[in-house]
Amino acid sequence: MSTQVPEQVEDESASETVSTGKQKRDAKKRERAERVQEQREVEAAEKARTADDTYHLKVFRYDPEVPEKQEPRFDDFYVPYKQGMTILDALMWARDHYDSSLTFRHSCRQAICGSDALFVNGSQRLGCKTQLSDLSEPVRVEPLPHADVVKDLVVDMEHFYDQMEAVEPYFQTNSLPDGELEEQRQTRENREKVKMSTRCIWCSACMSSCNIAAGDNEYLGPAAINKAYRFAMDEREGEDMKQRRLEILEQEHGVWRCQTQFSCTEVCPKDIPLTEHIQELKREAIKNNLKFW
Amino acid sequence: MYEHDVIVVGAGGAGLRAAIAADEEGADVAIVSKLHPVRSHTGAAEGGINAALREADSWEDHAYDTMKGSDYLADAPAAETLCKDSPKETIKLEHWGMAFSRDDDGRVSQRPFGGLSFPRTTYAGAETGHQLLHTMYEQLVKRGIKVYDEWHVTRLAVSDEEQPEDRTCHGIVAYDVQTGQVEGFRARNGVILATGGLGQVYDHTTNAVANTGDGVAMAYRAGAPMEDMEFIQFHPTTLPSTGVLITEGVRGEGGILYNEDGERFMFEYGYANNLGELASRDVVSRAELTEVNEGRGIEDEYVHLDMRHLGEERIIDRLENIIHLSEDFEGVNPLEAPMPVKPGQHYAMGGIETDENGETCIAGLYAAGECACASVHGGNRLGGNALPELIVFGKRAGHHAAGKDMKEAEITTGKVGDYETAEIESPVELGESGIGEDVVADGGAAADSGTATTGSDLVQRAVEDERQTIDHLLEKDDGIQHAEIRERVQKSMTQNVNVFREEDGLKQALRDIREARELYQDVFVGDKSRTFNTDLLQTLETRNILDIAEAITLGALARNEFRGAHWRKEYQERRDEKWLKHTLLSWNDGRPELWYKPVILEGENKTYEPKIRSY
Ligand SMILES: Cc1cc2nc3c(=O)[nH]c(=O)nc-3n(C[C@H](O)[C@H](O)[C@H](O)COP(=O)(O)OP(=O)(O)OC[C@H]3O[C@@H](n4cnc5c(N)ncnc54)[C@H](O)[C@@H]3O)c2cc1C
Ligand code: SF4
Ligand code: FES
Repeated sequence: MSTQVPEQVEDESASETVSTGKQKRDAKKRERAERVQEQREVEAAEKARTADDTYHLKVFRYDPEVPEKQEPRFDDFYVPYKQGMTILDALMWARDHYDSSLTFRHSCRQAICGSDALFVNGSQRLGCKTQLSDLSEPVRVEPLPHADVVKDLVVDMEHFYDQMEAVEPYFQTNSLPDGELEEQRQTRENREKVKMSTRCIWCSACMSSCNIAAGDNEYLGPAAINKAYRFAMDEREGEDMKQRRLEILEQEHGVWRCQTQFSCTEVCPKDIPLTEHIQELKREAIKNNLKFW
Repeated sequence: MYEHDVIVVGAGGAGLRAAIAADEEGADVAIVSKLHPVRSHTGAAEGGINAALREADSWEDHAYDTMKGSDYLADAPAAETLCKDSPKETIKLEHWGMAFSRDDDGRVSQRPFGGLSFPRTTYAGAETGHQLLHTMYEQLVKRGIKVYDEWHVTRLAVSDEEQPEDRTCHGIVAYDVQTGQVEGFRARNGVILATGGLGQVYDHTTNAVANTGDGVAMAYRAGAPMEDMEFIQFHPTTLPSTGVLITEGVRGEGGILYNEDGERFMFEYGYANNLGELASRDVVSRAELTEVNEGRGIEDEYVHLDMRHLGEERIIDRLENIIHLSEDFEGVNPLEAPMPVKPGQHYAMGGIETDENGETCIAGLYAAGECACASVHGGNRLGGNALPELIVFGKRAGHHAAGKDMKEAEITTGKVGDYETAEIESPVELGESGIGEDVVADGGAAADSGTATTGSDLVQRAVEDERQTIDHLLEKDDGIQHAEIRERVQKSMTQNVNVFREEDGLKQALRDIREARELYQDVFVGDKSRTFNTDLLQTLETRNILDIAEAITLGALARNEFRGAHWRKEYQERRDEKWLKHTLLSWNDGRPELWYKPVILEGENKTYEPKIRSY
């Protein structure tokens, strides 16, 4: 996995050092703070280790700015178990009781914001949707593979967002009814057809699991292709638009890159049949007699 | 310093709609949001959007339902605006491609919802909010609107005239989460706050971790009053370990609530002899808590919601997503065992005082969505009325801020016209604690604009103040951590300012908040890194939680009546002769000031006469 520091971050932290005097003072303070912190951790960890019902987590740590964390490492946390506890709950507990610098994205706690896709015991999962009791110990928690790590479990999502936005991910139609209160009708069947594809929460688990995406940085990736599928299959957009969408998907780094390994489909927390969608788009493209790579 | 015509803070439904609207009017608009737009909590809404779309329905009926549901504390001009504009705005979403559920004739589907006289809740499966959020973000991408995502807004740059009504908002200050830089954003025309809910004031909520009421607290400290903060809606069926919401649909289909002794308490203890489990949200929430308080709760914490008797087939057919929610978030398979549930904070009816164009009393400062109080929901929000609020008032605020000519608002903001001031009764000192010099305790807004003359100067001053605050927090190397302070406040609020409110408990909460404020003077951030420092951000959020918790409790203590979601043990009736008025709290140099303004019950064509709210 890549733990490469994005260059920009390095620049910022360099420009931050104003004077060497201040630097030294800061370093001292940091040291002292860390000692206090360590003391706390040791005490809390000792308490937890001696309790019966705890879970042992091994969590990836990295911070480009903190000397001891510049070399990636794993920290052990022992978290007291409560019925219903998820990976996210355990991380929050560890952060709030052991080490306040433990960093991960999260917000909704209910598998809808897509913030907390992680690499747990070797596969991509949403932290908030994964019950601790389903995992074997020690539970290894790492940032998503194939993305730059910003800090601890946080990865840079820019590349994923760029791919999502590269497929004209918005509704385009030229058959809107005139009245502003008039609906543009859609059959139940057609709505059903696109339903699963609209459930994507942009967590990027699929992209992280995909070997092709790992090797070809320009590959659109399963989520972006699925986003395009959502529109291409929507009858309200019309045939011309569909043609245009298939052309976008047919480009060198589009649907034909997919080698149907199903890894994306396996990890998708929203159960979107990604590989099937990609296959269907390939068939549509052939049907449309477009040239392919 | 960055500069735009209009700056929108927040990228949930309200913020996205506001930005699109400003763009429609040709303004140079940008969004600044601590989360990437699609991570906003609007995505969690399941039920639907109320809109009078059908021939047999009318905006007037929707307005009537809304006023009645509000227990006559909504302002009619706001409620009527919501109901009149909602159909158009809902269809607009449809024209943007939103994947609504469909009827056989291809029109969008609508379902019945509590408190509605017509099935007008327009939905997209059990994921209406998700579909709405993504559809609007798509429009944002299409228009190429600039988003500064993962930028945490920490304060507003507002001028410092004596009266808030004379002040102007010139921009904001934000912290770049990835790099730790503090930067100013100047807004030539206006700033629109759309920061969403404040559920994190409680330790058990359906709200996201990011819902810490930042916008409300920032606006408050800059001088814009908070309105009707005591009105908090609790949802009776949330999962105990996470607060994930289990829809009313389960009870609608016949789900039954049991206590530890296996008694169907809604009937056996007479909480609702007619409606039983189908009684309103507040009645069921209070019943559950009474069971727990009287020792009949399971593990002294929750009750059981059982739907096994409905049969697997029916459950899978109608409530399939509930099986997943319960398994994924509670580890319980509801086909085999009853689901544990308890009441959880769900929605804040109150917020930043605005008029029906989203304007606050500070020039150039707007608010829309859950952080605002127009007031549409008054004492109680009807299910399905929050999503239309986002698109209706988000759009209006966006248009107004972009300079569009609009009809003048009927609702007034700030201390003008018919208002009355009041004394606050509190066992402890309120507001900022005595250590005024401490940077951390500083007012938050550019309360001190010093010699700043232009808008840019003012923003720059605010940036410098914020840099000082943040440096201070990062340099301090021992003290107390935010998590401990936050937990104390959340626990006390859940204990004392819950669905049950008694004078003693409310006073206890004020004492606890005071104590927490004093601890906060000594808060320190363990993580010293400038890279993605969530420790620092949560420390800043905790400050907002303190101000908001205090406001909710003060409002609850002042309002000695039972109206909507606000229940007082000592006062078991709605008292219209005294309380047809809004509670407002202003930040007067660090001390909360209480005042009231009358509710407006006169609508366009009729007056909404208060009636008993029974269903
Ligand atoms: C589980 C659940 C179900 C619901 N179901 C329904 C329903 O069926 N129908 C209905 O009408 N309503 C429903 N509601 C209510 C409704 O969903 C919310 O009130 C509404 O979505 C809030 O939208 P918003 O745009 O105001 O805020 P949010 O969507 O919460 O967005 C807030 C935005 O502000 C940003 N932000 C916050 N603080 C800062 C800061 N300091 N700096 C920068 N950015 C910041 C965040 O990043 C985010 O983008 C439900 C609510 C919940 C919790
Ligand atoms: S397709 Fe599935 S795995 Fe991929 S980003 Fe969307 S929700 Fe996540
Ligand atoms: S916290 Fe939102 S998806 Fe997990």
